[in-house]
Amino acid sequence: MSETKFEPKIIAFLCNWCTYAGADLAGTGRKQYQANVRIIKLPCTGGIDPLFLIKAFERGADGILVSGCHPGDCHYNSGNYHARRRWNVFRPLLEFCGINPNRIQFSWISAAEGGKWVETINSIVDTVRALGPFEGYHKLNTIGPETSGEVAAAPSETG
Amino acid sequence: MSKKIGVFVCHCGTNISATVDVEKVAEEAKKNNPGVSYTTTYKYMCSDPGQKLLRDKIKEEGLDGVVVAACSPKMHEHTFRNAAKKAGMNPYHVEISNLREQCSWVHPDKPTGTEKSIDLVRMMTEKTRKDKSLNPIKVPVTKRALVIGGGIAGIQAALDIADAGHEVIMVEREASIGGHMAQLSETFPTLDCSQCIMTPKMVELAQNENIKLYTWSEIESVDGYLGNFDVKIRKKARSVDLDLCTGCSSCWQVCPSKKIKSEFDMKLGNRTAIYIPFPQAIPSKPVIDREHCLLFKDARKKNIPPNDSKVCRKCLDVCPIAPVKAIDYSQEDEFITEKIGAIIVATGFKELDDTSMYGEYGGGKYQDVITGLQFERLASASGPTEGEIQRPSDGKLPEIIVFIQCVGSRDPAKGCSYCSKTCCMYTAKHTMLYKHKVHDGHAYVFYIDIRCAGKDYEEFWLRAVEEEGATYLRGRVSRIYKKGDKLVVLGADTLTGSVVEIEADMVVLASAMKAQDDAEKFAQKLSIQYNKDKFFSEIHPKLKPVESSSAGIFLAGTCQGPKDIPETVAQAGAAASKVLALLSADELEREPVVAKVDRLPAPIFSTCIGCFYCKRVCPYGAIAEEDIKARDGSVIKTVARVNEGLCQGCGLCAATCRSKSVELAGFNDEQVYAEINSVEFN
Amino acid sequence: MTEETKKTKIGYYPGCAITKCSTSEEYGTSVLGVSRVIGPELVEIDDWNCCGASSAHATNHKLSTALSVRNISLAEKDGYDEVLAPCPMCSQRLIISQNDVHEDKKLREEVEDAIEMPISSNVKVSNYLEIIKNYSMDEIAEKRKKKPEGLKVASYYGCLLVRPPKILKFDDPENPTTMDEIVTAIGAEAVDWEFKTNCCGGGFTLSRPNVVVKLTHDILEGAADAGANAIAVACPMCHANLDMRQKNIEKEYGRRFNIPIVYISELIGLALGLKPKDLGMDKHFIDTDFVVDAFSNIEE
Repeated sequence: MSETKFEPKIIAFLCNWCTYAGADLAGTGRKQYQANVRIIKLPCTGGIDPLFLIKAFERGADGILVSGCHPGDCHYNSGNYHARRRWNVFRPLLEFCGINPNRIQFSWISAAEGGKWVETINSIVDTVRALGPFEGYHKLNTIGPETSGEVAAAPSETG
Repeated sequence: MSKKIGVFVCHCGTNISATVDVEKVAEEAKKNNPGVSYTTTYKYMCSDPGQKLLRDKIKEEGLDGVVVAACSPKMHEHTFRNAAKKAGMNPYHVEISNLREQCSWVHPDKPTGTEKSIDLVRMMTEKTRKDKSLNPIKVPVTKRALVIGGGIAGIQAALDIADAGHEVIMVEREASIGGHMAQLSETFPTLDCSQCIMTPKMVELAQNENIKLYTWSEIESVDGYLGNFDVKIRKKARSVDLDLCTGCSSCWQVCPSKKIKSEFDMKLGNRTAIYIPFPQAIPSKPVIDREHCLLFKDARKKNIPPNDSKVCRKCLDVCPIAPVKAIDYSQEDEFITEKIGAIIVATGFKELDDTSMYGEYGGGKYQDVITGLQFERLASASGPTEGEIQRPSDGKLPEIIVFIQCVGSRDPAKGCSYCSKTCCMYTAKHTMLYKHKVHDGHAYVFYIDIRCAGKDYEEFWLRAVEEEGATYLRGRVSRIYKKGDKLVVLGADTLTGSVVEIEADMVVLASAMKAQDDAEKFAQKLSIQYNKDKFFSEIHPKLKPVESSSAGIFLAGTCQGPKDIPETVAQAGAAASKVLALLSADELEREPVVAKVDRLPAPIFSTCIGCFYCKRVCPYGAIAEEDIKARDGSVIKTVARVNEGLCQGCGLCAATCRSKSVELAGFNDEQVYAEINSVEFN
Repeated sequence: MTEETKKTKIGYYPGCAITKCSTSEEYGTSVLGVSRVIGPELVEIDDWNCCGASSAHATNHKLSTALSVRNISLAEKDGYDEVLAPCPMCSQRLIISQNDVHEDKKLREEVEDAIEMPISSNVKVSNYLEIIKNYSMDEIAEKRKKKPEGLKVASYYGCLLVRPPKILKFDDPENPTTMDEIVTAIGAEAVDWEFKTNCCGGGFTLSRPNVVVKLTHDILEGAADAGANAIAVACPMCHANLDMRQKNIEKEYGRRFNIPIVYISELIGLALGLKPKDLGMDKHFIDTDFVVDAFSNIEE
């Protein structure tokens, strides 16, 4: 596959109440967007274990979106705040692991924001397309975290 | 044992099949997927024949898992799960692939849409493989309702529930029920006297055998969950025995402290230290205001029990009840716990009565600048002036009166950005009441907009202008200052672009409806949500307008946001009907999407390490600490346990758990990982 | 406390209206005269320039901001933590400009480029009332020599001292009391009245004199009706309108007021026993003899 033809795969972890419904609304409004996203629905962003995201990268996802209700709108009162706190801690960890944090986006999209869903998806797909395929996962499996960039050559690659 | 999974791909007419090759999707679902034993496509899966197809194939093929690739699960997940249930399958083995809203409608290119659809179906197939049988949670129901707040909302709701034959507990923190409506003089848009329509309802409530009334009482705590609340009520010390007292009025006639500002009269009138708030109070029995009562003041000063003080015992001496007097200075707060099935919160509003922040209107220092509720008391026949409109400062009849709308409302700079909704109408009403009593007087109204959208409302305010001759000026008042015994009102008339200067005798501020001062604390006590203005939040602004965010707790009246009497009564009725629906069942069924902390055989018992991080993040207080005990009763370890009745299934605990001991049914780790693993990456 | 206050050095920004030989020279002279007795020490900022009020801030935002901010940066360069701008027009412009560059990064860069100095955000800009209240209230009580007799003062703040409240954060915008406190501190009676922050017409004095006459009349009438026999001000603009126009207003409305309009600094100076002439009491249109005479008793 030549580089210009690279199509990233994005895994989106969405809360059931806001963003999943927002994505539905984009469909009801027949708003087109890029087909690179695969949605995993959970009740609340607060219930997303960071290991889910690591697993997605490990399997070869090129980018990840986590999206839930706006602050104050959480169906479960405070789940999205927990998600936000977790994200603040998780982001530096990703960087430490050598994964470019631009591969993960965190957003609030309400059930009424079909348009925002489309913009968000198009933006993350474009961003990740520009970053190129995430190949770090080959090493995530074998040698653990890298220290010099996400796809830097590691000694074990040849071995 | 591997599941036999059936995949049903819906054409949705051409909604899906136009941009997704459904046959190919069905074919691919089977390919390389040994678990999938049956696939088909159908024009309309949600139709009766479509559902029949699903039922038949479950039976014929012996399926124990189903993926329906169709529209959003929000549309028909319930439909297909029900169909599966009818075919004898546990409904939680049915999953929906969202091929319409999230694929065919948004990706016009057929090969792209087909490729994505194949992925989506595979993801759900893999999830289905890990689905477990779940059974609805059954919760018993205590058939008794609690209504918090005895204003018109609470009264209406309580009567509706009681009339349907259920027990109701009503808790009111003031000494009498009635709330703000009892304070009003007349009501819009019909100008019927508020007391005349309110008092019969209050009496009806007091006489209803199904209703137990706690006045001068507050909610101390609410525990438990939908159908099974434990509510602790604090009966504040009234100093009067309600069973003995006959309300004969002797005591408050002899009370020497006669100059206490009456809260009911918005501080325009006086009351005694032992008092009933207003003549029609229910119960019509007094309470002693311990802060102002001479005896209690003396006891506090000398630090002695109130009974030992000899300063003033006039009320006790005069009490005709024998042999035991109805007045009891030594009474203390009492706590009562009631079992409750459902709760209606009808705690009402507070008028913005502190106008000190409005320096431009005198900041509260001018006696003759009053609030809307104060005007109601002035206009009320049972008010401090017996219905005569008199200036508080000197009792003069105001010949020129100025009303200012939107004081506090629609004013983000001073606190409330919202519209208080009732002020346009009550100001129009005030101008009429004023004109009916002061025929030669003139009323001016400063307004931003006139918002009178209600049945007969527009006509009502036009009557104020056309028939009663009130002068409406569109603009704000920049300043009020005193000149002699007049109040000079400086304002703008933005329609003519001119400055207006009115020498008025009295000014009435249509002040905002605000949430109760302690609304935030109260909401936290009940675990219900509130908005930035501290009004309690309904769960859905359109489709669930009376449900709070906590199951089994409903909202009625102005505690949820500003509203007028008709709207309040309608909402109270709606909340009552929701409560009745709950109380009509012996058991309640709930979705089994709840968290569970694992239990294992001895010697592990549970992988839970007892850190209780889950307890800290749970928004519902659904996590309890449970001791695992040995036979001799000694505690082996303390672990978390989820109360299924309280759990709403957000999964916060599962994501927080460090030892992976908590699992959210329907969305457990295995299921999510199965979905992630099944995506085909490049 | 006393020693420390004396040591406090504050950058002094006179601005165009109150500097030597300008229209409100007496305000500047009295402020400096008072500070020599009770502190804090005021040192004129070297090379100060126009604050950009009136014309510049209405026509060119960047220019007016740069003009104001330059003065603050100069003050920092001279080593001051605080700047006194007795003219409220100046203090308001300085504070607003400081706020603007703080909130707008791009503007900040442009202005820094224009003034060729880094912008300071640590220098506090104060008006005269603030300085007196924060540093000199005890000093006034201690060094007061004369007790005024029969002097009833209406404190007139005008608009610029308190508005916009969100940025200036000085006193209550509807009912300020700082000047009243100072008036009470020098032993005069502070009259409670309604027109403390009413508009005097300010900038319309040349373009719409009829408006100014009405507004100024209302203020004078309000003070007179409240029983005041002097009005204290802390703004050259207010002073000009109330003092210079008073005779005109009396003619127009047919009511004689004859209320002396005095700067609060002049009142403090009189109470401290400074010579009336040194305070510029002879530079007023409405005769101030009544006020000067009120301070003839030496305090026991």
